[in-house]
Amino acid sequence: MAEPALKEESREIFDEGLNRGIEKLTSEKIEQVINAVLEDETGARLKVYVDTCVHCGLCSEACHFYVSFREPRFSPAGKVKQTLWEMLKKKGKVSPEFIRRASEIASTECNLCKRCSMYCPFGIDVAYLMLVVRRICHKLGVTPQYIQDTAHSHSATFNQMWVKDDEWIDTLMWQEEEAQDEIPDLRIPLDKEGADVFYSVIGPEPKFRAQLIYQAAVIMDAAGINWTMPATPGWDNSDMCMYTGDNEMMGRLKKAHFESAMRLKAKRIVMGECGHAFRSIYDMGNRWLAWQMPPIPVTHAIEFYYELFREGKLKIARKYETPVTLHDPCNIVRGRGLHEMARYVVNEVCEEFVEMHPNREHNFCCSAGGGVINCGPPFRNKRVEGNKAKADQLFDAKARGAKTLIAPCHNCHGGLEDIIHHYGLGLELKFLGDIIYECMEKGQGSEM
Amino acid sequence: MHDSSNWDWDIGKKQIADIGKWKDMFEWVEEPCASPDGEKVAAVVKTGDMEFSVCQNGAAWENTFDKVWHLRFSPDNRLAGLVSDMGEWTVAVDEQAWESRFEFVWNPQFSRDGSGITVAAQKERKYFGVINDVPWEKGFFHITNLATSLDGKQTAAAIQTVPFSEGEIFKFQEGCYSVAVNGKTWDRNFINVWDMAFSHDHEHVAAEVRTSLYDYTIAVDGVPWNETFLSVWKPRFSPEDGSVTAPVRIGGKWTLARNGKQIWNSSFAQLWHHIYSPDGKKLAAIVAPEFGKWTVAVDDIPWRHTFGDLAADPVFSPDGKRVACVGKEKEKWTVCVNGEPWNSMSDMAWKPVFSPDSKHVAAKVEKNGHYTIIMDGQALKNDFEAVWDPVFSPDGEKILIRGIEGKGDDAKYCREVLSLKK
Ligand code: SF4
Ligand code: SF4
Ligand code: SF4
Repeated sequence: MAEPALKEESREIFDEGLNRGIEKLTSEKIEQVINAVLEDETGARLKVYVDTCVHCGLCSEACHFYVSFREPRFSPAGKVKQTLWEMLKKKGKVSPEFIRRASEIASTECNLCKRCSMYCPFGIDVAYLMLVVRRICHKLGVTPQYIQDTAHSHSATFNQMWVKDDEWIDTLMWQEEEAQDEIPDLRIPLDKEGADVFYSVIGPEPKFRAQLIYQAAVIMDAAGINWTMPATPGWDNSDMCMYTGDNEMMGRLKKAHFESAMRLKAKRIVMGECGHAFRSIYDMGNRWLAWQMPPIPVTHAIEFYYELFREGKLKIARKYETPVTLHDPCNIVRGRGLHEMARYVVNEVCEEFVEMHPNREHNFCCSAGGGVINCGPPFRNKRVEGNKAKADQLFDAKARGAKTLIAPCHNCHGGLEDIIHHYGLGLELKFLGDIIYECMEKGQGSEM
Repeated sequence: MHDSSNWDWDIGKKQIADIGKWKDMFEWVEEPCASPDGEKVAAVVKTGDMEFSVCQNGAAWENTFDKVWHLRFSPDNRLAGLVSDMGEWTVAVDEQAWESRFEFVWNPQFSRDGSGITVAAQKERKYFGVINDVPWEKGFFHITNLATSLDGKQTAAAIQTVPFSEGEIFKFQEGCYSVAVNGKTWDRNFINVWDMAFSHDHEHVAAEVRTSLYDYTIAVDGVPWNETFLSVWKPRFSPEDGSVTAPVRIGGKWTLARNGKQIWNSSFAQLWHHIYSPDGKKLAAIVAPEFGKWTVAVDDIPWRHTFGDLAADPVFSPDGKRVACVGKEKEKWTVCVNGEPWNSMSDMAWKPVFSPDSKHVAAKVEKNGHYTIIMDGQALKNDFEAVWDPVFSPDGEKILIRGIEGKGDDAKYCREVLSLKK
């Protein structure tokens, strides 16, 4: 097969990280890095995957990119063919242009959502293979600019958004004050030792969605939870280094996160509504550090809300009347099976729930995940047009009455917002926490 | 450690404060803290609309503030909190606010004897370290990882030395960070600077650095080791000869290096939080001999007992003959001493404390929502509603327990000295 990179030149998207990243590459360097990563860092699993694929194409219909574009190059096996297979076949002897294109495919045309592996008769995990490609590209210094900048932010500040240590604490104090206008004795306890719950969020919350911290505080208060938030780096549970293939930084971030909970002697970590952060602290980051399970148990927001409703700690004053539909985030549904809990919570707080199809572990990804939205504006159109599948799903749910779309994941939010806008869906987008906050009985549980 | 020989070591119990009554005196009372000598207990209290103060042993400070947070006792029993006064932030120590004022202060630290108090501070978008009310002469775009020398007279921090805009990834990769010690910058820039440590003579600083996106090493006083690694963790200075050791990752495994050279033969799935015995002759670290198995290794030899969930908080006995840590297995915590875990399991265990004569180990634990002190595997006292780390007398013959007994209105804070002589 000719090097696919050449075919793509006509539609090449300019990206500073990719285009300038390959400037200094030599074929020796490429060969050395590819072979080093393949030999030292991948095991039998990669070999088995590559050797077992029979090119049957059953995975194609699973991938929203393929379903939306109907081009073989967007099929899961097609992405492997254009990247890893070629690297293996040529024993690492590929050109800088090839690496540019491989990085673009792995970072911006695959969400690592793992839907395809459910449809492959051999369970081949294309997401894992795309992560290997990203790892190689990271080692070669060829990663899209926006997500690389985010990885730099993680390394310098231990959060995604260049939030400085004092800005973080200031934001928490500000949200506490705001919330006190509504519930005068509400607190966001900072650095409190021995709390039952250590609450962690992702970098964009203090920066763009501070009201989510406010809402979480109101929920904790009403449910009478003994909780804390850390006043030190380690508060951000998110992890774009996991997605750029900078595994060493991923480990460093997760160490900081878990150790801030350990330092405060918290019994468990409850995290906000985020999918990829869950994958990072429940699966990838902890394991890179040799913790088989998270050393401090991790509870995703959905599981936490479920628990609060089941135990009667949260009560709904008046159910949310607008009909809702629910987007199942891959990382917590295929990654953790939280879909039934999510439905329980939705039914607790909403009058009318309209399922979208397919759903639960078969749901289509939002196309923002896996770091794709974090690759920024250059790849935005491809991401949104590559998810007509999602738009069709949403149009169908809308036709059956849904007016509000619940997406309990930050990245999904970003991606779905773009889809709603681009396809003119006219759905209102919310987090579960938004609706719970709106509908709950407030301010009776507070424990000092 | 602060000299505790002049504390009240008479056997018996003293009630210090009727802490349950405090909530009738104020709008709210935050979580209390107790002084190391046990004579004082204090909490942030709300005294009015947007008005906060501190209550110590039942009496509120005369001054009130817009906000008070991070209230802690220093090792020499002084009470320090971060306070905001008319929109300006500073540190208040035993009711006295520092003279220097900032837009924000955070991350307070104490020297070993408590005489030095340091914080990170921000004013007009410039960042400083502050030592006992004196800020660095020069401020920086950004500081993190503030570290304080054992004598509390020096601070170091990771600082940004070169400005760049978001998105300037190649500029970032040229190296825009360094270390400032008392405000004076190292000559060399790095891609990143993380945890750092001071030498025991307070003169030298070692830091974890990244010299490219892929090369990690330790820099001492600005000079990186010749060797680079796949990753490193926090370095430490030997108290014996001033050499620097750090956990390093080589070929996917972790081991320990001194001045760049591997010194332990074994390698581990993980190795971090290494500590020296007080005489500097022995080294111990938290290790994972294999994936998902955690323990302590002393001088290259891991204990046979491992924990599935985690091991943490390692500490050497003063004579260097024993090491204790906390471990967690199937969500239950315990203390492990020289590889022998205590039978008593709890919902949380705090860092173990050795007696000065090295004979005893004690730790605060939580079980079913109550707290107690366990010594050498046995519960010393009944349950408390709150308890602080135990403190041994200098001769090791007594132990001081600081705790709150009784609930709600009946809660009382007491200090009690128990004899350990049989
Ligand atoms: S986006 Fe999802 S379905 Fe498509 S190839 Fe990647 S992991 Fe598979
Ligand atoms: S379904 Fe599996 S075997 Fe078939 S093409 Fe896709 S990855 Fe290969
Ligand atoms: S952003 Fe949400 S839907 Fe999209 S990949 Fe992540 S978890 Fe999946």
